[in-house]
Amino acid sequence: MSYMELKNVTYRYPLAEQDALKNINYHFEQGKLYGIIGENGGGKTTFCDLMKGLIPSFYGGDLTGEVFIKGKEIRDWESSELASSIGYIFQNPFTQISGIKETVFEEIALGLENLGVEREEIIERVTNVVKQLKIEHLIKNNPNKLSGGQRQRVAFASIIAMETDILVIDEPTSQLDPKGTSDIFEIIHLLKEQGKTILLVEHKIDLIAEYADEVLVIKQGELITSGKTSEVFSNVELLNEGVNIPQIALLSNDMKEHGKPFETFAITKSQAREQILKKGSEKICQ
Amino acid sequence: MSIEVQNVSFAYPNGYVANENLNFTIEKGERVAIVGQNGAGKTTAVKLLNGLHKPTQGEVLVDGTNTKERTVAQISKYVGYVFQNPDDQIFNNTVRAELEYSFKHSKLTAEEINTRVERAAELTGIQAYLNMKPFDIPYSIRKFVTIAVFVALDTPYLILDEPTAGQDINGINRLAKLMDILQDEGRSVITITHDMEFVADNFSRVIAMANKRIIADDSARNIFWNNEIVAESNISKPQIGELAEEIGSKNKILFRSELLEYLTQ
Repeated sequence: MSYMELKNVTYRYPLAEQDALKNINYHFEQGKLYGIIGENGGGKTTFCDLMKGLIPSFYGGDLTGEVFIKGKEIRDWESSELASSIGYIFQNPFTQISGIKETVFEEIALGLENLGVEREEIIERVTNVVKQLKIEHLIKNNPNKLSGGQRQRVAFASIIAMETDILVIDEPTSQLDPKGTSDIFEIIHLLKEQGKTILLVEHKIDLIAEYADEVLVIKQGELITSGKTSEVFSNVELLNEGVNIPQIALLSNDMKEHGKPFETFAITKSQAREQILKKGSEKICQ
Repeated sequence: MSIEVQNVSFAYPNGYVANENLNFTIEKGERVAIVGQNGAGKTTAVKLLNGLHKPTQGEVLVDGTNTKERTVAQISKYVGYVFQNPDDQIFNNTVRAELEYSFKHSKLTAEEINTRVERAAELTGIQAYLNMKPFDIPYSIRKFVTIAVFVALDTPYLILDEPTAGQDINGINRLAKLMDILQDEGRSVITITHDMEFVADNFSRVIAMANKRIIADDSARNIFWNNEIVAESNISKPQIGELAEEIGSKNKILFRSELLEYLTQ
């Protein structure tokens, strides 16, 4: 039995004229990180909403096919139960912040209060997570007066504190500087090491190449390509489908076209470095 | 014609100093990227350019006029500022109404306004959304709606605050093309962004900020290959540049074509 599974899933929003998701089938294994990529408006966020259980319970509309989360069909889950199994980090941090709490500390504690976690444990979890995300200096600030990047860290902290087994993360770093982005990805990697199953929507394709085990490419509601990250990105033709390809994968392709291919097709910087240094030392040996 | 920022510092009313001693000039038709750490003061700095903030020390001159002597409404005819969060800017019921709103007190004829709106919609790729409610369209498209407002207004200076956030490759390409067209028309574009590949691809001049100050104002190549500046401003080289450095190239490589040449020579 798969940890999570989609079987012939088609979905249409209420009043919509077209399906937002079309006949999607996929197996998700526990403890893996799945990158979800593709054009905006193609269905990535709808896909996240589905995996979070917001479809059809919150949005309504027509859902056909089956969605299994931890072996149980999505329609059989209580929404409160789902909330303690799946954490969801919104695309837009300006939307995620509740707006009703006066300090960052209370904001992060809000989700835990709703889950009925004991007071002492709330304090402990919030204290740990603000350390982890380097936002200790913000805990007394008003969440509504934070910068975009700060809000994004607070939104992230709120969900990590809930310690769910599954995380659905929709563009967690869109407002962050490059250093802040790599900090967040280190945390995502750490969460994966802890055995969490992660679905991640992200436009920063280099990071998907580095961290995702598998990639799903969604276009106009269809799953047009999927599989191991290295295999998906070695198909540079995907550029024609509005999918960004890592510069390093394009470099590997360029090398191939120039008759000097890398021994194995590199999609990340460290893979390319290894290949280049290897080639270099071969040259010297000759 | 230029925007001149002379020895400018800015403190919020609560006393928090957000910018210290900024000095730079934006010439007519120039394109500049502002990069740097979250909280470095980038957004505060650009809000000084259109008068949303007035310097607590120093002067900002827009085409020779001190911003302290003008209202935001007056300055915004010259300097358009597109907010970081489109939802802070949008308030009309339809996208078309949002674009037309700024012409409320304009002397242009209805026909001229319509031409401007249609053209702005075309350049920003939002024609299909003109009759929709702004909040029914995706965030990344809403950002283009807020950009279209100022494209329609035809301001000589345009400030884009993180336009690349959340954009897919189509959106990034559309932005790049839009900036080319604006530059051809002699308009200046000042862009805050965290997308380093976008910076390398589209900007020859880059201002790097850290801790309230400008720490470098130079070509993209010189900034990305100065590791002290990169570290201090929390930015990074584009990945191709990082790879070039790691394999020992000293050629200040930023682009794939350059690295390919280095590897295959």
